[in-house]
Amino acid sequence: MKVNKYFFWGMTRSTLIHVFLMSVALTCLFPIFWMVRCAFMTNATVFVDQSLIPHHLDFGNFAIAWTKGNFAVFLLNSVIYTVCVVTGIVFISSLAAYSFSRLNFPGKNIIFYLFVAAMMIPLPGSFVALFVLMTKLHLVNSRFGYILCMINVGLSMSILLFKTFFDKMPRELEDAARIDGCGKIGIWWNMAMPFARPVIAVIVIFNSLTVWNEYILAMLLLGDTKLMPLQRGIMVFQGANSTDYPVLMAGLTMAAVPIIVVYLFMQKHIVKGLTSEEVMG
Amino acid sequence: MDHKDKATAIFKDNLQNFLFVLPAFAIFCVFYIYPFYKMINLSFYDWRGIGPMHFIGLANYKELMGDNLWWNSMWHAGYITLIALVFQNPLAFALALACDQQIRMKRFYRVVFFIPPVLSQLVVGLIWNWILNPEMQNGQHIGFLNHFLYSSGFPQLVHDWLGDPKTALTTIAIVNSWQGFGWGFIMFLAGLQTIDKQLYEAARIDGASAWKTFTNITMPMMLPVILVVIILTILGCMQVFVLILALVNEGLVNHTDVPVTRIFSAMQNTNRFGYACAEAVIFGTILVCVSFITKRVSDKAKQA
Repeated sequence: MKVNKYFFWGMTRSTLIHVFLMSVALTCLFPIFWMVRCAFMTNATVFVDQSLIPHHLDFGNFAIAWTKGNFAVFLLNSVIYTVCVVTGIVFISSLAAYSFSRLNFPGKNIIFYLFVAAMMIPLPGSFVALFVLMTKLHLVNSRFGYILCMINVGLSMSILLFKTFFDKMPRELEDAARIDGCGKIGIWWNMAMPFARPVIAVIVIFNSLTVWNEYILAMLLLGDTKLMPLQRGIMVFQGANSTDYPVLMAGLTMAAVPIIVVYLFMQKHIVKGLTSEEVMG
Repeated sequence: MDHKDKATAIFKDNLQNFLFVLPAFAIFCVFYIYPFYKMINLSFYDWRGIGPMHFIGLANYKELMGDNLWWNSMWHAGYITLIALVFQNPLAFALALACDQQIRMKRFYRVVFFIPPVLSQLVVGLIWNWILNPEMQNGQHIGFLNHFLYSSGFPQLVHDWLGDPKTALTTIAIVNSWQGFGWGFIMFLAGLQTIDKQLYEAARIDGASAWKTFTNITMPMMLPVILVVIILTILGCMQVFVLILALVNEGLVNHTDVPVTRIFSAMQNTNRFGYACAEAVIFGTILVCVSFITKRVSDKAKQA
């Protein structure tokens, strides 16, 4: 046995692999670290001190962004939009998917394939027509209008994910519920929804990311500072503080950290959602 | 009488079943199907957003065919996509291969690589805008990259990366790849993990080299995943917009604009809603065609 030779090769190989992976990992983390670092500096020190860890940490920028920069309002709005849109998507798409999977009515397949087709056809410019429509409906500068638009964005994929899951639900479960006197709504709520819990987690996390990070529709539809979500607010804030980098970085940190924390806790579901067969088509 | 009752019951049953779908279908009709129709419809009109609409047939499309700014923007997006296909995806694949080995800290790498994709394009763009800042203050470079290049002995490399028309687009493409590779990595890694380890074992016993194993087992098994990643990369990169908005704002309009920027400015800056819709229709059609062709080509490749 040439144990030593193999051992040597194994060590070199895994060292090289680690060097490769680690350098990419540092490239990933550094800009984020730099953002957080600069958020703790002042306008006087940020141009002078280029050390990795600043000598003096200053928390004032967060206070400025929070009050003067309206971040308290933006953050609250983002939470409101995310919660409303995601709740809406879960209820509306699971109801539809349950019907597509287990119930029958004329034209069912046509409607289902419309949803599937909507997922396949990219509509990069439909925001023009959407804006025209929203103006006509007086839903510009309205929380309700923005929420409805965003529910539509997540609908197709969520219906597809729910439907593939409901298709796998054993018939016996349903029959048992029916014998116990459950109606259709009862079966959906008491059997199908608890059964779909894993897929609900995926849908919640994915749509939360989408809503939290959405910018284009927010820019078009919400011009009132009191209604703006974080992403939109940052852009306004950036326009007003374009040279005050530490305050800007504090604002960016406040927008980025919640999503990173949520991701760290939910990363299992994110990976599952990304790689599920439904998404892979 | 009996027969009529039964028909009513069936009708009621169907109606109930349809009511489950109704909320989703209603939202879908109002916010997807109607804008879809309206987009195509408006593209035949000359309309300023308010006031009278003039039907002008295909005039918007004719103008679009000769609009150099528009086709330039298409080329810009194509360039960003090309960089992603050539550098970002192979890098993601290499990282996935490295992470598929039996090594330590696998979980750490997996978590870290996916952090950039969960951030919004806006946040990523503004962070990089600050790092790439070209200005100087009191004789010091205030942007990290230029400061780093200067102090580590490469003062000749100090550059206004986003301000110079020659480097701006490439810089944008690199930032775009920085944000996007983690997502391809996750898809590739999941694909690699579904490959039966016994196949590798059998190849090893047959004395196949690492390269042979890679080309004869790994690549064919990964082809479907690679295809999905390629199509999603094309669709994603062609539509990049917010990242560019955050990186250069209105800075270098004619050197860094992409189709979505053009659609936006036709609508917001010049109030030409009809023209914006014509651009949107052409752009959407091109995207559908490109992903369709990619799929056909790779289906052919799979058979061969």
